[in-house]
Amino acid sequence: MEPIYLDNNATTRVDPVVVAAMLPFFTEHFGNPSSIHAFGAQVGKALKSARAQVQSLLGAEHDSEIIFTSCGTESDSTAILSALKAQPERNTVITTAVEHPAILTLCEWLEKDGYVVKKLAVDKKGRIDLDEYKSLLNDNVALVSAMWANNETGTIFPVETMAEMAHAKGILFHTDAVQAVGKIGIDLKNTKIDMLSLSGHKLHAPKGIGVLYLRRGVRFRPLLRGGHQERGRRAGTENAAGIVALGRACELAQAHIAEENTTVKRLRDKLEAGILAQVSHAFPTGDTANRLPNTSNIAFEYIEGEAILLMLNKMGIAASSGSACTSGSLEPSHVMRAMGIPYTAAHGTTRFSLSRYNTEEEIERVIAAVPAIIAQLRKLSPYWTDNGNCGGPAAAKDSFAPAYA
Amino acid sequence: MWEYSDKVREHFFNPRNAGPLEEANGIGDVGSIKCGDALRLMLKVNPDTEVIEEAHFQTFGCGSAIASSSALTEIIKGMTVDAALGVSNQDIADYLDGLPPEKMHCSVMGREALQAAVANYRGEVWKDDHEEGALICKCFAVDAVMIEDVVKANNLNTVEEVTFYTKAGGGCAACHEGIEEILARVKGERPGGGETSPPPVCPAAPETAKPKPSKLTSVQRIKIIEEVLESVRPMLRRDHGDVDLVEVQGKKIFVTLKGACSGCMMEAATLGGVQQKMIEALGELVQVLPASLMPVE
Ligand SMILES: Cc1ncc(COP(=O)(O)O)c(C=O)c1O
Repeated sequence: MEPIYLDNNATTRVDPVVVAAMLPFFTEHFGNPSSIHAFGAQVGKALKSARAQVQSLLGAEHDSEIIFTSCGTESDSTAILSALKAQPERNTVITTAVEHPAILTLCEWLEKDGYVVKKLAVDKKGRIDLDEYKSLLNDNVALVSAMWANNETGTIFPVETMAEMAHAKGILFHTDAVQAVGKIGIDLKNTKIDMLSLSGHKLHAPKGIGVLYLRRGVRFRPLLRGGHQERGRRAGTENAAGIVALGRACELAQAHIAEENTTVKRLRDKLEAGILAQVSHAFPTGDTANRLPNTSNIAFEYIEGEAILLMLNKMGIAASSGSACTSGSLEPSHVMRAMGIPYTAAHGTTRFSLSRYNTEEEIERVIAAVPAIIAQLRKLSPYWTDNGNCGGPAAAKDSFAPAYA
Repeated sequence: MWEYSDKVREHFFNPRNAGPLEEANGIGDVGSIKCGDALRLMLKVNPDTEVIEEAHFQTFGCGSAIASSSALTEIIKGMTVDAALGVSNQDIADYLDGLPPEKMHCSVMGREALQAAVANYRGEVWKDDHEEGALICKCFAVDAVMIEDVVKANNLNTVEEVTFYTKAGGGCAACHEGIEEILARVKGERPGGGETSPPPVCPAAPETAKPKPSKLTSVQRIKIIEEVLESVRPMLRRDHGDVDLVEVQGKKIFVTLKGACSGCMMEAATLGGVQQKMIEALGELVQVLPASLMPVE
């Protein structure tokens, strides 16, 4: 049986059209775009058109606002460090509790250097409170960084409104749009967003290519200094093949964006409803009314995520989980904890993330496979009792009370 | 992600002895929902012979937690209670052809459940004194709790010293930042804000070094080294292991660990403990290393 890939928020398959577009840049078009001769000029031209393709998908006003980087993480780091370096009189970064580690780990490191980091809390559905946000905006803030869409739950933040509010106070605004680009419409020229990160491998381009969008006129300090590539804003000889691939992938994404929000969304909804109709003690996490069209994150109570993934994998189904075990840490996902999901459920969160390559038959196979897997694992769980009820605090006498907490 | 052995996968997909055991007369519940592991072990012990006739488990946890539970029940079925108590974490891991370093705690949980179930059978109350920290050094499987304890007990101040005592940080160096954080935290907690430093060259020397001659002959050194090994042997033998001296090269002491200790994840921890004793006895900083790391010429 063909394996079913439902882990597109982790990474995507490179579109065959994209592969075909990039291959010549390893062979005949191997020149350095900075060179004067014909070998270089050809490549330079290809980079220019790729830049225009990215510009178009993002709705950026100028192509010079697109800076190619090596990945989403580099774009995130560049944005935050630049904002702090360029405004030494400001020492505060506002972000959210549910950002990707590319933001949070950097922020924790900055705190050790004396910077102030304010993390916006989220509610049970993963939403921030705009009043709390507003109360934090002051002259000490160098930058606000909030993700456009959450990688675990797909929850969408109102970044356009947040950017307006920051702008009104003279504060720079960055968004990690790694998960949003290509899945929802973006038109940067009509927003007050100053910087945006994207990553190629989330939209059917290869790994190792990213973009930092930098609005014209925004103060900037490069992360990598050296040659004059990317107008001196990101030194280092360009990843020409990756850039060409990303350009082509952006063009494809633009052509398919309606499909993401109709076909893919319908399959996602079918999958989620199909599973929840058969499995009790399970619920979708995040802001289900306002999330990416491809993402469904379901918490299965009283069982553990890695075990679910191993069982799914045996059936040829690829998904991911927010459990402690899959992350190699001692605690379940920080996103689930920020939303106040109880531990008994957080460890069992399972993320299904679709792409335009998924088919109706695949989704039906998954709907058919999941209930048996959940039932089998629950039979092994000491938190689950045979009559289908949970062995929680209510099941007094026989309740499971392990010796250390 | 981690690689599981075929044996782990097999026990995960086809767990033995899963589910409640009605006639159980010894039940042990251990684990923590916070870190996503919990295990109930149920034993049916024959009160006349003390033989474990049936062993069942229920586990909330990852693939290796379920496989470790399944392996444990298979290992102890048919054993007497006393013999079962001799089963070590390593026995469980070995039965499964090994576990990834991040997952060794799953076998620890199995052993604790066993102790708890036996205590329950005997009408005693089992108290867990084991604390688990985040894994800091993946090369040598050393966690935050162990590093913190050693730093506190020996007044350590540098990553290098931590590596000498625990081996943590002696591999890929990725955890040096994490070790520095622990050092900074412990330093902050010390009275006087960490001003009390051990002598820079020889952290363990303060008292033990004094009665010793300032320079030991190599014969004297080897004698002391043998004495230290002799003193840890009973402890290792309890875990079905043993240790032998292979070679001393300057400040490097090469040994072989045998039996249950060899090649296991606990090897690093064992050597760390031996090393600490060596440093104290010799009054100098030495490294205790597995003979496999001995330079070949
Ligand atoms: C929201 C978010 N930000 C940043 C990243 C990091 O991107 P990259 O892997 O290209 O560094 C990811 C990828 O997992 C992501 O989901």
